[in-house]
Amino acid sequence: MAKKETTVKRNILSIFIEELSKSSLVFILLAIFTGLIIGGILAAGTTERVWQAFGRSFTEGIRESLKLIWLTYSSLFKGSFGDPAKMISALLSGDKTRIFSDWKNFLESLVVTTPYLFSGIAVALGFQAGIFNIGAEGQLYMGSIMAAWAGFTFKGLPPIVHVPLALGTGILAGGLWGFIPGFIKAKTGASEVINTIMMNYIAFALVQYLIANPFQDPVQGFKTPLIEQSAHLYRFFEDPLRLHIGFVIAIIIAILAWFFLYKTTWGYEFRAVGFNPHASKYSGINSPIITILALTISGAIAGLAGASEMLGVNFRQTQALSTGYGFDAIAIALLAKNHPLGIIITSMLFGFMRHGSRVMQLKTQIPIDIISILQSFIILFIAAPAIIRTIYRLKEPGKKEFKVEITSRVSGEKL
Amino acid sequence: MANKIQVVTNRFRRIDPHQQRQRLYGIFFLLIAIFIWIAFSRSTAPDLQTIFVTTPGGAQIATPDITFNTFFVLNVLVVLCAALGVYQVLKGFGKYSNYVLSLVGILLVVSFLAWGAAGGSINVGGLLRVMILRSVPITLGAMAGILCERVGIINIAIEGMMVTGALVGAIFGSLYGLWMGMLIATIAGGLISTIHAILSIKYKIDQIISGTIVNIFTIGLTSYIVTKILQNRDWQHLNQCGFFNPINLPILSKIPYIGPIFFSHNIYVYVMYLLIIILTFVLFYTKWGLRLRACGEHPKAADTLGINVFKTRYTGVILGGLLAGFAGSFFSLGSVGYFEQLMTAGRGFISLAAMIFGRWTPIGALGSGLLFGFAESLANNLSLLRFPIPAEFLIMLPYILTMVILAGVVGRSRGPAAAGTPYEKESL
Repeated sequence: MAKKETTVKRNILSIFIEELSKSSLVFILLAIFTGLIIGGILAAGTTERVWQAFGRSFTEGIRESLKLIWLTYSSLFKGSFGDPAKMISALLSGDKTRIFSDWKNFLESLVVTTPYLFSGIAVALGFQAGIFNIGAEGQLYMGSIMAAWAGFTFKGLPPIVHVPLALGTGILAGGLWGFIPGFIKAKTGASEVINTIMMNYIAFALVQYLIANPFQDPVQGFKTPLIEQSAHLYRFFEDPLRLHIGFVIAIIIAILAWFFLYKTTWGYEFRAVGFNPHASKYSGINSPIITILALTISGAIAGLAGASEMLGVNFRQTQALSTGYGFDAIAIALLAKNHPLGIIITSMLFGFMRHGSRVMQLKTQIPIDIISILQSFIILFIAAPAIIRTIYRLKEPGKKEFKVEITSRVSGEKL
Repeated sequence: MANKIQVVTNRFRRIDPHQQRQRLYGIFFLLIAIFIWIAFSRSTAPDLQTIFVTTPGGAQIATPDITFNTFFVLNVLVVLCAALGVYQVLKGFGKYSNYVLSLVGILLVVSFLAWGAAGGSINVGGLLRVMILRSVPITLGAMAGILCERVGIINIAIEGMMVTGALVGAIFGSLYGLWMGMLIATIAGGLISTIHAILSIKYKIDQIISGTIVNIFTIGLTSYIVTKILQNRDWQHLNQCGFFNPINLPILSKIPYIGPIFFSHNIYVYVMYLLIIILTFVLFYTKWGLRLRACGEHPKAADTLGINVFKTRYTGVILGGLLAGFAGSFFSLGSVGYFEQLMTAGRGFISLAAMIFGRWTPIGALGSGLLFGFAESLANNLSLLRFPIPAEFLIMLPYILTMVILAGVVGRSRGPAAAGTPYEKESL
């Protein structure tokens, strides 16, 4: 099983690199690089040890801050991938327990990546059709709670029935959460931005209600019962390692999304509506239907993200709090220019950073939240290439200007 | 002759959409009357009494409680709603329809409270007092949103500005006193919104993306500062700012019933009252306000008339940011006296809803702020009522109402025409 997965990934990688080389890879790398520098300055600037060193002498201060920045990023790297030397030697030795312990960080990072990958694709599909889905988070929660419901309600089903059933329930719930704002937009023109935000808060309140009342665990309050064993997603390794089949499903969804968008008529219509709603309307594309479909599919994939988290990692729904998946998903989609295969890489970037930052916090006392700051700068530089151009004195590109193309603002449509 | 027939048939064929809307409102009022009758009135025993306590806890002057026969009052409310509905269907209140709509809404709430507390008492004064407090950040945030959108910039980063304001207020309030904290929090909000302004006006990034960037950045930065500094034992004195004490306004706070509810709050509430008046005046009765709105409705036309669209947009967004920062400082300086993560709990986004709900006007912002505040206040006190609907649904209600309003089912709401589109000067 594991072998199969790597071959799938290599194919994507080659396609991805091909795609990426067509676009301005340099820009993305410079954006990430600049973000890392700013994060480093922030980390050094808020550490007392560095201040004390600066108090002694300037050169010592610089040396101390470089040391800290190196420690921060190397521990971030080790936390997200693991120690490369150890990982290779463990593989060579063939010792199972050593492989597990040295590859743990890498595999756990893939677990963290999974919901980002799903929700990034969800948001990107919306973007491609000119739809701003800020509600990925609410859709994710609905998918999660309904998957949990299907997971603990039905008893005695074989896994082959139970898992798809629970995943399907989650997809339906997320899809419904996307359908409602999509329908409202198509029928009345009301902006999906506000409506998806509203749907987020409705979802939070609803989940709060469900875990406190009908779905409550009879013994422990304010959470759902544990889901049945038969609804658990297949895990590739033994217990401390949590890598589950959800990651593979996410990769497959990414490939399907790519195929859908670039190789089918519907996908073409999606992109046409996103690119120019008026022109596509005159060319006979039923843009209200596309709008509804885009938000519904987007919601369904976000719902799948929640369902896979539920069935693969959490096993029970606890309190609904904003974890920032929605905003991170927007960042992931933007970073990949809404290309589904690019999202595989950018979501890994986010997932690995998120997981690695825990190790980093332990080692350097630099809070996890530095990742959010890094991310905000990276999207900033991606969205405003002019800033990067100014910093690095790059020449204005002629025809091939790199910019994020989102034409969600239909003229006459307001927030 | 043929022309005349045409006109006559046209008149029969075309239903005036305005009149149709009036009818719809009327039917809606009637439905509410029927709802009160079926859901509340019929399930109440005729001899039950409801007591509305009118003195909020801790008020200086006590006012007598209002005791009434529940069944009787509910029936009066049913008749009142029905009468309003019948008048609306037959004749229509014209441009006052929306006010009547809110009146019917209030009647619905009153009947709900009367029914919920039947056979017991409920502290209505306390509920309303808390409502005012809860509405402060939402109303102020909504006004920040109004300032931004009236000049044509969508600002979904109000949440981020609020969080910044709350944190900066707490830190500088602890260091240099409450007033300094309030001032610097306001400035911090303005600075953050300058980022948003530069990104969306100068660099012409999609305004939603720019707002998202600002949100991720500010929320990340504040949690970073909290984890790195405020949770450090050596620096804890930075998060003990204390809060503004309530001030009883002379004369006004002595008015029975109204005084303790509206006029014995801390400074934030009074500033909110003042800002509503100032902003309404400035936006709608001054030349400057007209220019501001012109940039949001039709920037090209505004530019032709010699208005500097870019400058006006910067002004609007930065003023909005100052307001949002001020609103944020309410969380730390105006209510609890310290900063904690997640204390804004999405109020910035709720403000956006309140802005839409209030139709992009300061008075509307107050109205919707009060509505959202009341929902929160009631949800917190729901255990006092015999109420079959859980608190979470009450919390949901404002969001659902916002979506309904936005969809134009009841009372359509339309924002500034050019909001969301970057302005580009045409090169000659």
